[in-house]
Amino acid sequence: MKGWSLPWPKANKRRWLGAVAWLCVLLVGIVAIYAFFVLRHDPTLTNLDHRLQGGSLQHPLGTDQLGRDVLTRLLLGGQQTIGYSLLALTVSLVIGIPFGLISGFRRGLVDRIFMRIADGFLAFPDTIVAIVLSGLLGAGIGNLVLAIVIVKWVSYARLVRSTVLAESQKDYVLIARTNGLSPGKIMRKHLFPHIAGHVLVLASLDLGKVILLISAFSYIGLGAQPPTPEWGAMLNDARPYFQSKPEFMIYPGLAIVVTVLLTNMLGDYLRDRFDVKKEVQS
Amino acid sequence: MIQILIRKFLEVLLFLLFITFVSFLFIRLAPGDPVLTILNVDELSVSQEQVEALREEMGFNEPLLVQYGRWLISFIQLDFGSSYTTGQPVMDVIFRGLPATLELAGGALIVMLAVSIPLGSLSALYRNSWIDQASRILSILGAAVPSFWLGLLFIDLFGVRLNWFPTMGRDGLLTLVLPSLTLGLAISGVYVRLLRSSLLDSLSQEFIRAARGRGLSERRIFFVHAFRHSLPPVITFFGVSLGSLIGGVLVIEVLFAYPGIGKLVVDAIRGRDYPLIQGYILMMAVIVFIVNTCVDLSYRYLNPEMRIKEREVSG
Repeated sequence: MKGWSLPWPKANKRRWLGAVAWLCVLLVGIVAIYAFFVLRHDPTLTNLDHRLQGGSLQHPLGTDQLGRDVLTRLLLGGQQTIGYSLLALTVSLVIGIPFGLISGFRRGLVDRIFMRIADGFLAFPDTIVAIVLSGLLGAGIGNLVLAIVIVKWVSYARLVRSTVLAESQKDYVLIARTNGLSPGKIMRKHLFPHIAGHVLVLASLDLGKVILLISAFSYIGLGAQPPTPEWGAMLNDARPYFQSKPEFMIYPGLAIVVTVLLTNMLGDYLRDRFDVKKEVQS
Repeated sequence: MIQILIRKFLEVLLFLLFITFVSFLFIRLAPGDPVLTILNVDELSVSQEQVEALREEMGFNEPLLVQYGRWLISFIQLDFGSSYTTGQPVMDVIFRGLPATLELAGGALIVMLAVSIPLGSLSALYRNSWIDQASRILSILGAAVPSFWLGLLFIDLFGVRLNWFPTMGRDGLLTLVLPSLTLGLAISGVYVRLLRSSLLDSLSQEFIRAARGRGLSERRIFFVHAFRHSLPPVITFFGVSLGSLIGGVLVIEVLFAYPGIGKLVVDAIRGRDYPLIQGYILMMAVIVFIVNTCVDLSYRYLNPEMRIKEREVSG
């Protein structure tokens, strides 16, 4: 029995971790979709006769200070927070990837202009730019998402650019060139698959941070506005009632912690899988 | 070195010019009319003549570039005009809030150092021990717990239930405890892990073996030689993450109703008080520049190699 080992050897521990993380993220997604189609309570419908109720069959987590169902708001809050975070990251990727590809592959004027912009952004920390932008654009979740996009696309474009610069030196690009492929096709068919993994890792590592940023900004009133059921905004909403109903403070906070924990695990797992530790960190 | 500093300074200046121009455009194009904002402070009805008079007085009827030029000149003279809501000069308001904010940031950094230096060192010294595992779990949690939620829990526990510390405002050292603790703990998770990995890296270097060979005590090797070599990555990260520290301070100030410039600017954003927002932007630019310069200078102090290289290049 010498060669015998457990069904999941140690080397695969991380893989399992990743599978668990994937499953949980999927679960959160399913719950959020389920909430959208099945839950019957209106998340913004106030009913003062039913305010501050405890848990019951009809309201599993009770009702809030305006008689709204807490569970419904919590689940839909997940949709809001995660949805807007994903939206912000997706738009950043959609802008950042082509920009980085062209900047790194074509070089020239585009690249010079891009590097100037990127240096400017680098001189100023992300969060401050986000604060400033939401300050200028006004408080609101749409403007917050816009601010995040304006900040984030630069970092993705930078990563793509530096990866493309390295990849362009390799033989397969040279062969593609000598075979007469158009630059557009080389970028799409050959370079993009190489960079996609790296960018995905960076984006998944960012997801948790963006979720935290959106909920924090919503908490201080610069993001989602009431009565939108966003987790940060819900915490702000319920603040006067914490003493009598401490669970109002617990539920949305725990929801944020669990979600961010899972997305971070997912990010770590992807990083190990694509083995891009060094590039992402530098 | 001086060249680098000048370049950095110019970069910041250029960015500032850009962002002030954009913010200037926003002020003029924003949906809320600043003139109406000023006049509506007391919720009184305003006549058209009043609006026109104030508009003329504030120079809103001139071409945009002229307005920007004039604004830029007063900007260089550090005159940002007055807050729309309170009418006080912007710089006065900001300088009144700045000490409070710096105190809070300082307090948070002290908490962060008090947590991450012992925990990071112990995790590196006793690798994979229970303390290393504990610090790992702590940092994973630290990356997921929102600082404002941690603050809410602290307020509930230490402020309301145990009644140990005040939870609002700024009145002596006691009011500083909870905000600093919250922010310090929220940021320390990353530093614990960073210090640990950096120390592990240092301990495997040749010069540590050389020091052992010279018969230095383990304590001296660890605290003087390894520690010094481990600091640059940590300091770099501090420079890079300065923005999130400033953002963190802002959130914590709002949470604890702490009268610093973070809370000031959030109120200004809500009230569309643009001169105040611009003042804040400038203040942040100055702080970022100072901190980044200090970070650069500290490399030279901590890393003798760099000084030698520079001498070789210039000489």
